[in-house]
Amino acid sequence: MYLEMKNIYKTFDGFHASNDVNFSVEKGDLAALLGPSGSGKTTILRMIAGLDTPDSGDIIINNVRVNSLPGSKRGIGFVFQNYALFRYMTVADNIAFGLEVQKKSKAEIKNRVDELLELISMKDLGKRYPHQLSGGQRQRVAFARALAPNPLLLLLDEPFAAIDAKVRRELRTWLKDMIEQVGITSIFVTHDQEEAMEVADTIIVTNQGCVEQIGTPEEICFHPQTDFVAEFIDASRYKMMTLQ
Amino acid sequence: MEQQIVKVKNKKGVRVIPGFGFSMGITLFMLSILVLIPLASIFISTAQLDFKEFIDIVTSRQIVSGYVVSLSCSFIAALVNVVFGLMLAWVIERYEFPGRRLMDGLIELPFALPTAVAGISLTYLYSDQGWIGSVFAKAGIKIAYTRIGITIAMIFVGIPFVVRSVQPVLEKLDRQYEEAALMLGAGRTYTFFRVILPELFPALLAGFGLAFARGIGEYGSVVFIAGNIPYKTQIAPLLIMTKLEQYKYADATACALVLLLISFLLMLLINSIQLHMQKFSKC
Amino acid sequence: MAKEVKKNYEQDVVGDGINSIQKVIDPHKSESNHIVKNILIGTCALFLFIMLILPLIVVIINAFRDGWAAYQKAVFDEYTVKALQLTLLATVSAVAVNTVFGIVASYLVSKFYFRGRQILSALIDIPFSISPVIAGLIFILTFGNVGWMGDFLKSHGIKIVFAVPGIILATIFVTFPFVFRELLPVLNAQGKDEEEAAALMGANGFTIFRKITFPHIKWALLYGIVLCTARAMGEFGAVSVISGHLRGKTNTLPLHVEILYNEFNTTAAFAVSSLLVIMAVLILIARNLIEWKNK
Repeated sequence: MYLEMKNIYKTFDGFHASNDVNFSVEKGDLAALLGPSGSGKTTILRMIAGLDTPDSGDIIINNVRVNSLPGSKRGIGFVFQNYALFRYMTVADNIAFGLEVQKKSKAEIKNRVDELLELISMKDLGKRYPHQLSGGQRQRVAFARALAPNPLLLLLDEPFAAIDAKVRRELRTWLKDMIEQVGITSIFVTHDQEEAMEVADTIIVTNQGCVEQIGTPEEICFHPQTDFVAEFIDASRYKMMTLQ
Repeated sequence: MEQQIVKVKNKKGVRVIPGFGFSMGITLFMLSILVLIPLASIFISTAQLDFKEFIDIVTSRQIVSGYVVSLSCSFIAALVNVVFGLMLAWVIERYEFPGRRLMDGLIELPFALPTAVAGISLTYLYSDQGWIGSVFAKAGIKIAYTRIGITIAMIFVGIPFVVRSVQPVLEKLDRQYEEAALMLGAGRTYTFFRVILPELFPALLAGFGLAFARGIGEYGSVVFIAGNIPYKTQIAPLLIMTKLEQYKYADATACALVLLLISFLLMLLINSIQLHMQKFSKC
Repeated sequence: MAKEVKKNYEQDVVGDGINSIQKVIDPHKSESNHIVKNILIGTCALFLFIMLILPLIVVIINAFRDGWAAYQKAVFDEYTVKALQLTLLATVSAVAVNTVFGIVASYLVSKFYFRGRQILSALIDIPFSISPVIAGLIFILTFGNVGWMGDFLKSHGIKIVFAVPGIILATIFVTFPFVFRELLPVLNAQGKDEEEAAALMGANGFTIFRKITFPHIKWALLYGIVLCTARAMGEFGAVSVISGHLRGKTNTLPLHVEILYNEFNTTAAFAVSSLLVIMAVLILIARNLIEWKNK
């Protein structure tokens, strides 16, 4: 088990955001946290990243309990929902940020940035500023920035929410391929059933702060274990049918 | 904008919302008689001077020293205000502590307190016998009736400008930027200087410009503490006043025109820098 | 504005990290963060105390330095009362004129598209960036003996400069953009769909303003009026230039303070100042109440 969440509880002002959450993700897996708005999926992601702390329970990454470790020391790359690219830095400077913080040598930083720019096919755009990029390009930069310090685990918060419906499908495939190519264990949050089915190897369905079911897309789709999952997935199947 | 034009006008080019002519008429009429026409008088009066006269007046030692005092003290005061204004805005927006609301409410005191009252009060406080002035007097530092005193009065009038410029930006600033930097391993100080400060820069600049401009033109709160020692602590607005009292209208007008141009240039400069910075904010 | 902060988290209410981020991001450093926080708050409190509170304390203490009787004598002095009356007259006039102007001009600039909108609002803002002394000077150069309207006014026996009308004009000038500035962003944010809808249903301009526009701007309007009042009653430089210091006739309260101070009648100067301090504090309270109500 690469990531383990054990008996996680979290309350915000009396609201149970996480109510005994248990799940684990294998090394190299691409997992989706799927659920409706307010189901607690973003909270789970933020707790893994160390942006929020659970009231109780264990977060274990690579056999180490990381609860008291600051987010920056957990070896995590985080892609924010609106990317949070630094507006006053160029694309290259954005990607280099995490390496500069680690006081890497200039040459090393340059090599890594070039490598990543190549990876996201934006080799000639390193000198641009975020406002000069399209939504899809911004997402790719955010992805590269998160990967730059060689994290062990990549977390993505609604990675496609800020993207035009038209290019969303294209980017999904791109991101899935990329993650496979890099071979990094990844977890992304989404409220879109179709997206989860298409991209993830494993889906973790959440509802009202609880995990409803964990399984492959096929298992979730054809063998829902709770009424909620059945209904939630059924709605998406219905939607997919009408779309086609 | 283009879309809006289409929306406002129908096919005949007539505006849908009534009252355009009426409000345009009133606005232009009031603006003209209350602001523009009186303001034009300063240009009419200056035009009556010939060019050499004008240059002689504005380059006379007394008037130049007035500009130097006003500009230098105001510049330093605005810099001090940038530091404390940023700190105040940060503390009020980011921390929760008893008295936070009171602190927030107090910021605008310099707007509400008549400048003459602030002037005599500051003079009393910083004179050699005053509560603060006497402490510094022991160390051999005179505050009232020196440029330090002028600068302090200008800090007083300028502080709300910086705080109120920075506050809304800080309030709206997406925390994801900070979180992103922290996730990438940056420390708090590094994050502040590399990520947050650039975001606040346009607002800080605007606050600086407003405080600077206010300081240059300020009269009431400065005139008492300045002490009006020729060539040393005479600020430009005071020189205009003095010239008027001596019925030297030409001198007063010329001096005022230059001061006016300085503040317009300053505003223009700040606006263009802000416009330049704004293009970053689109995403 | 609080709404906008939360916008990015709306997708997931539970994920609202606003309250938790400070405490949680870096648990190891929380202690040093706590120290930094306390140092910053302490510095700010000290700065505000020395720069803003102390001057107020000075005024109050000095006003009562010679006892209650001396205070009363200074405050109820004939000249003080006359100065107070003139200050009130100038303030009320400025507020009335600028409220009418502010409403009409902000409606014009926000609801209609026409060439020169930007220039117009820049022109309205001019008095903001002008030294009050220059604001006084321009009226002398217009209506004074040396002014281009001077001869005309003299032959008709109208006195503006060194008289009450001049003081009122100068006060209006320095506070000219105040109401406009407060209303414009609110009206811009509101857009014009509602007005257009009403106009298409046949409502006339006055009805549209009263029923549709006004409810949106009432708090901003009140706010603008409060700011305008504060500046108008405290204006010193502009009225100082134009008053000619005729004691009792063209003295406002701030000018009266100056005269007393220059006559070395310090206690009386601070006593009269205390009236202005009370007004300033009331204005601050009103300002904060409006802001609080508005939220």
